[in-house]
Amino acid sequence: MGTNTIRKSWGLPFWLAPVSMIAVLTLPLLAGFAGVLLPAFGYFPSLGGISFTFEYLFAVTEKPGFWHSLHLSLWIGLATTFLSLVLVAGFFAANWGSPTFLRIQRFISPLMSVPHAAVAFGLAFLIAPSGWIMRLCSPWATGFDRPPDWLIVNDPMGYALLLGLILKEVPFLFLVGLSASSQINVDERLKLARSIGYGRMWGWMITVFPSLYKLMRLPVIAVIAYSTSVVDMAIILGPNFPAMLPVQLLRWMNDPELEMRFIAAAGAVWQLGATLFAVLIWWLGEKIIGCAFRRAAIHGNRLAKDGWMRGGVSGLMLILVTISVLSFVILFLWSIAGFWRFPNTLPDQFSLMRWMANAGMLIDPTANALLIAVLSTGIALVMSLGCLENEYRHNIEFTPGALRVLYLPLLVPQIAFLFGISTLLVRFGWDGQLAPVVFAHLLFVLPYVFLSVAAPFRQFDLRYLRVAAALGVNQNKAFFTVRLPLLLKPILLATALGMAVSIAQYLPTLMIGAGRVETITTEAVALAAGGDRRLIGIYAMVQALLPAIGFVAAAFAPKFLYPNKRYFAS
Amino acid sequence: MTESRSKGLVLNNVAIRDHERELFCIDATVRPGEVLTVMGPSGSGKSTLLNLVSGFLPPAFSYTGRVLLDGVDITQAPPEERHVGLMFQDPLLFPHMSVEDNLLFALPKDGGKDERCQKVRAALAAVNMEELGARDPMTLSGGQQSRISLIRLLLSEPKALLLDEPFSALDSGLKGKVRDFVFSQAQQRQLPTILVTHDEADAQRAGGNIITI
Repeated sequence: MGTNTIRKSWGLPFWLAPVSMIAVLTLPLLAGFAGVLLPAFGYFPSLGGISFTFEYLFAVTEKPGFWHSLHLSLWIGLATTFLSLVLVAGFFAANWGSPTFLRIQRFISPLMSVPHAAVAFGLAFLIAPSGWIMRLCSPWATGFDRPPDWLIVNDPMGYALLLGLILKEVPFLFLVGLSASSQINVDERLKLARSIGYGRMWGWMITVFPSLYKLMRLPVIAVIAYSTSVVDMAIILGPNFPAMLPVQLLRWMNDPELEMRFIAAAGAVWQLGATLFAVLIWWLGEKIIGCAFRRAAIHGNRLAKDGWMRGGVSGLMLILVTISVLSFVILFLWSIAGFWRFPNTLPDQFSLMRWMANAGMLIDPTANALLIAVLSTGIALVMSLGCLENEYRHNIEFTPGALRVLYLPLLVPQIAFLFGISTLLVRFGWDGQLAPVVFAHLLFVLPYVFLSVAAPFRQFDLRYLRVAAALGVNQNKAFFTVRLPLLLKPILLATALGMAVSIAQYLPTLMIGAGRVETITTEAVALAAGGDRRLIGIYAMVQALLPAIGFVAAAFAPKFLYPNKRYFAS
Repeated sequence: MTESRSKGLVLNNVAIRDHERELFCIDATVRPGEVLTVMGPSGSGKSTLLNLVSGFLPPAFSYTGRVLLDGVDITQAPPEERHVGLMFQDPLLFPHMSVEDNLLFALPKDGGKDERCQKVRAALAAVNMEELGARDPMTLSGGQQSRISLIRLLLSEPKALLLDEPFSALDSGLKGKVRDFVFSQAQQRQLPTILVTHDEADAQRAGGNIITI
């Protein structure tokens, strides 16, 4: 009587997911550190280094421009993080809950998905002496009928790079701030502060920001780590003589002279130190500013007249969004530009000739980029969903420690440990293969995929699963037939995000692929030195469009797969 | 208009519309020290009324009528200039500040640092809670948190009080005590008060007019 209604669950090994996830996130890092630290201290048997020495750590500091490079990394990293955070916090303070906020918010996710290199090229085409802004103002305002001889892009202090990094990091911190805001009662805190006389901005700053910042801390440190060690944007926009430390490192790593491997490894250790030092300075700054805030908060100053300040911050944000949008437009214009003389606002004629001529060249790098993106995102999704299901079945709470492991690859300068991994790969003859590149991408894709799918997974209405269980459906079947389909939208969104992250990766592709795995991103960055704007425009457009297509597809697929279902309609 | 007539909070034919649907229309005067209780089922727009008076009406709503506080029309004023104190269901003590700092945060800026600290301590002492000043608000009991949040509100020197179901999260043992505390403070300071609630007992104890919407 009804004995076969409950079939025995066939025990899918969901517990494997968290174990493999921790392994995937930590082992490459450990291997990478080993691969950097050993040669840095002189141990590299295949190159004849068998004794430990500090020689290379000192030798690297005597390379011309070393200290200047180091200083550039620190200043660019800290300035990017500080200015981006101030701008995002200021904008939240000035506009939380207002129509302006919603208007800007709509631009943020698309901006976030544009790869770094494309942003950098777009910005360069905009602000260069022969760039679009100068063309728009010439000759009527500037009097120039040929481009002035100014060093705007690749300027020695790195201001162009700083602006480029801010364009990328502001959308990131904006989204992080949004998700953190949903975890605290921002509206009520603001109401309370304003009803006792506080101005919008100051009220937000002292009642909301301290709690918000606590939740944003890891991502902020990730911004420091990224912008002290950025390579692709630095090649395109950054100073050249000397370059930022990470760019300098990349040159040493690719030096044909084998002795330079020791120097490069020692430089990577310095890079680690530089990032760590930047985090230390940030931490000190946090303490000082936190203390000042606590004092200011109890002074009773209301600062209610903040209209000019609110206008100023919103204006800055608007300028930033405008620059981003114009960068995209100028990339497109160059990709189809025919003859375009200097002060002219638009090209004399448009043509698809260069697109046609290069179509053949584009296929392989695009296919490679997509293949790597699909594989790394696929693995990341399986791991994340497995991990979350395991957490649900065994009622495990995700601890802050586990969150730190998840962020680990984002908190360490890429170039430092990737160099170590590539050294090991060469040793085993695995360099230049696709599989290691996929796993290197997985390191950076996994955190984003997991974080983006985790919240909707945990908020899932468990009553659906109870209903399924009451109907005699086992856990595994319920997972595949009830939970996953209902979570289709967030899963597709996480897929699009993961693919966007993968497509944008420059350094992991270049270093782990030993330059032999070519993607649209490595090819685009390689064009930077050449200065063929039409060709760069084409590659950057493809690079920027791939993630965009992914997000559009993710938004429309549920409606397409489940027509006539209101659940998937909105 | 004489001084005594203009004191208090006046809702002059206030009607709130959610798109085309009219939620309610109220014409009432709350004199200093009086409590006006507004009752109604959830979704009836009780809290919307408080949002209008405090200046946080969401743009989806429209309204007609005027709100006057001590004879001044505040219908269009920005929230930070209205001097209308809000008390919510949750005490909302800021978890990153001590109890004393929460109170200093609310105290208007006049006088030096010592003078302001003195005022805060006196306010705590007046209600026999001086030993709580240095505490982390998260470590206080629910009843203590509610009372501190009222003291914080009163220190900001509001000219009227709006209470948005402030007792509904408290268990029944505490409820009576906190309620008496709030009403006696409002009475002492002669503040016109609007209470929004769905609890009959709250309305009874408030003692003033009751409007059901």
